[in-house]
Amino acid sequence: MTEFHDALKDPAAYGKRLKEESGRKVVGYFCSYTPEEMIYAAGAHPFRLFGTGDGIHLADAHFQSYCCSLVRGALEGALAGRFDFLDGVVFPHTCDSIQRLSDVWRVNMHGHFHLDVVLPVKLNTESAKTYMTDVLEKFRSDLEIKLGASISEDDLKKAVRTFNDIRGSLKRLYELKSENPGVVSGADLYAVVKASMIMDRDRVVRVLPGVIRELEKRRGTGEGEEGKRLVLAGGICNHPDVYRVIEEAGGVVVWDDLCTGSRYFEGLMEGSGSAIADLAGHYLARPVCPAKHSGLYSRAERLVEIVKEKRAAGVVFFFLKFCDPHAFDYPYLKKALDEAGIPSMVLEVEDRLPSEVQLMTRFETFVHMI
Amino acid sequence: MPQVLLYLLAKVKKLILHLKKQKKMKEIMTVYYMEAKSAGVGGRKVAWITSGGPVEPLIAMDVIPVYPENHGAMIGASKMGVGLCETAESMGYSPDLCSYARSDIACATVNGGPIGGLPRPDMLVCCNNICGTVLKWYEVQARYFDVPLFILDTPFCHVGFAEEAKRYVRKQLDEYINFLEKVCRKKMDHDRMKEVGKLSLEGQRLWQAVLDTTANRPAPMSAFDAFYHLALIVTLRGTPVVVEYYAQLLAKMKDRVVKGIGAVPNEKYRLLWDNIPIWPRTRWLSQKFAAHDACLVADTYTSAWCGTMKYIDENNFFDSMAEAYTRIYLNIGVDEMSRIVVGMVDKYQVDGIVMHSNRSCKPYSLGQYDIQRIVEKERGIPSLMIEADMVDERSFSESQVATRIDAFMEVIKQRKS
Repeated sequence: MTEFHDALKDPAAYGKRLKEESGRKVVGYFCSYTPEEMIYAAGAHPFRLFGTGDGIHLADAHFQSYCCSLVRGALEGALAGRFDFLDGVVFPHTCDSIQRLSDVWRVNMHGHFHLDVVLPVKLNTESAKTYMTDVLEKFRSDLEIKLGASISEDDLKKAVRTFNDIRGSLKRLYELKSENPGVVSGADLYAVVKASMIMDRDRVVRVLPGVIRELEKRRGTGEGEEGKRLVLAGGICNHPDVYRVIEEAGGVVVWDDLCTGSRYFEGLMEGSGSAIADLAGHYLARPVCPAKHSGLYSRAERLVEIVKEKRAAGVVFFFLKFCDPHAFDYPYLKKALDEAGIPSMVLEVEDRLPSEVQLMTRFETFVHMI
Repeated sequence: MPQVLLYLLAKVKKLILHLKKQKKMKEIMTVYYMEAKSAGVGGRKVAWITSGGPVEPLIAMDVIPVYPENHGAMIGASKMGVGLCETAESMGYSPDLCSYARSDIACATVNGGPIGGLPRPDMLVCCNNICGTVLKWYEVQARYFDVPLFILDTPFCHVGFAEEAKRYVRKQLDEYINFLEKVCRKKMDHDRMKEVGKLSLEGQRLWQAVLDTTANRPAPMSAFDAFYHLALIVTLRGTPVVVEYYAQLLAKMKDRVVKGIGAVPNEKYRLLWDNIPIWPRTRWLSQKFAAHDACLVADTYTSAWCGTMKYIDENNFFDSMAEAYTRIYLNIGVDEMSRIVVGMVDKYQVDGIVMHSNRSCKPYSLGQYDIQRIVEKERGIPSLMIEADMVDERSFSESQVATRIDAFMEVIKQRKS
């Protein structure tokens, strides 16, 4: 567990060290829609970039205050030189803000390669499927050129296996937590998932089964009273403290619908014969981010299903301020929960969490209510 | 059909005929909205479509296009934005969301606003070439009205239009036609489509020609006039009325050029506007700048509806729509946008740029600081950033904006003297 926490303490230092020790190129990327499998297949290290919680100053010269802290914080990190060790950065097309982040980054940052992966926005048509496959092929050849590597079918198949294993293990950890919330704290589980997007994947894939075994052993031991079972729903979660405060307030997060959570690991790649087809299938079928379209009701149906399946008592919406796609979906998701008799609360954060006292009061009130 | 409906239909038709004789903007738009509102009576379908979406196939299918964004602008201009935005907020929509979307979503539920709400849609056509917001907005409306939604997905062109993106958009144009044929239960008349394409291109050429007249000194019209005359190229592109209207307007502007009549009586300073207008404050802004003898001679906004003519093939309008609709101003990279702005600075010989940092519109506003820096560096002209919103007046501080405009104009004046 310490290994995961250590990697998260200073991700850039981890990335730098990995680069020096392994001699591999490190490619930064945003968002769970970047086909990181391709970067791995090219023999490079995929390194997910998150916003910074530190003060944002340099990025203020490029982005207005009504831009979300993920985008402003990421640019801040780049301008401050924290990502200088990267060999390249990949921008998948998701929301309007990430879209412009790519532009502003391209105009201002030099010294590493810059790739856009302009994925389809709608995912539920035949032509979108064809386009997704085309985009992945293009990404493959772009990466080959930028990294001076070749990506064979076998490389891709190995990548599919590795990432299937990682995602499968993460899902297993979530299941263990859900079945037996006492086996691991929310903050620890969060650290494992997030660090899995930063750490050496060959290492991650080897270590996770050990973590699973460890949690399996803990089952049935040291169980205290269980908190109110909650589902955390929103975009990116950069705040491990949330889990702790929820637990102290008498709740426990037993599942989530986050892009740093279940939306990342759900949807295994099927062995269809072609690795590219497997990848395309995954990115088309995985739980959808609100910046993409896959039917009018799919997100609400999934959320209600999660709550029922995990026997949760309520949903905590956790939104990043100025994140339009999530804010647009909130009223309809809330309505779907209301209709299913599921209570919910919403917490909107900027780059920092509200004060702990405030947070505690809000969670306690909610937990008592449900 | 019941007697009373027939009677109503005849009455509406008579009124429309009467109004059609006149060619003023207000009348044209009144006829348009009356037709749209009585569409059901006449058996015509109504489609809501995004402002950057391909309207031509709708016109060719005799579907009435209705523009929620145009509606948003009307709501803003009539200063009804704050109330409707508040209604949306009480429905759970964040005050940080696009104010066009907020006011339209609210309006649909209360039938309020300046024209008592938009006519109910039979279908929704959403093209994401302008933003990702329209996707969310149209999803909301598709759920609310329970009508079919077509999404035209135009991949963003950071540094160019990729071959695979071209194939994808072209394929979706066929899907678009299939969608329309299914909803309308009739076949597309491809000859009619060609005609509509020709009219659309002709309308765009004339609109560009109208905008071009402001390269003259003094400029015969200002960007504020362009914001007004814009309505037709947005809403009725592909119909003869647009061609006729802009031909007349062009003649009028050319006449003003010959006579040396300027939009601002004593034009000394020429400025470029960037971003969507601050609709509730266009008159105030226009007067504010005019008081400084400054004319906003051009803008990046109104030219967006004729900015991709170079990609249109006159003899193959339908196929070329794929490229023309994907490469519009808001669907390209910040560096290419800067090049377009620099081109406009040169073309219209402006002394400075006024940029509206619009809380509602992230694709238009994020990246503005870099465009500002690039243009300042390349052309050495000053620029002013106004923090506001296109509809929601709560984000507008008149005294602050006035002070900043005065200070900016001082800089411009010193540089010119």
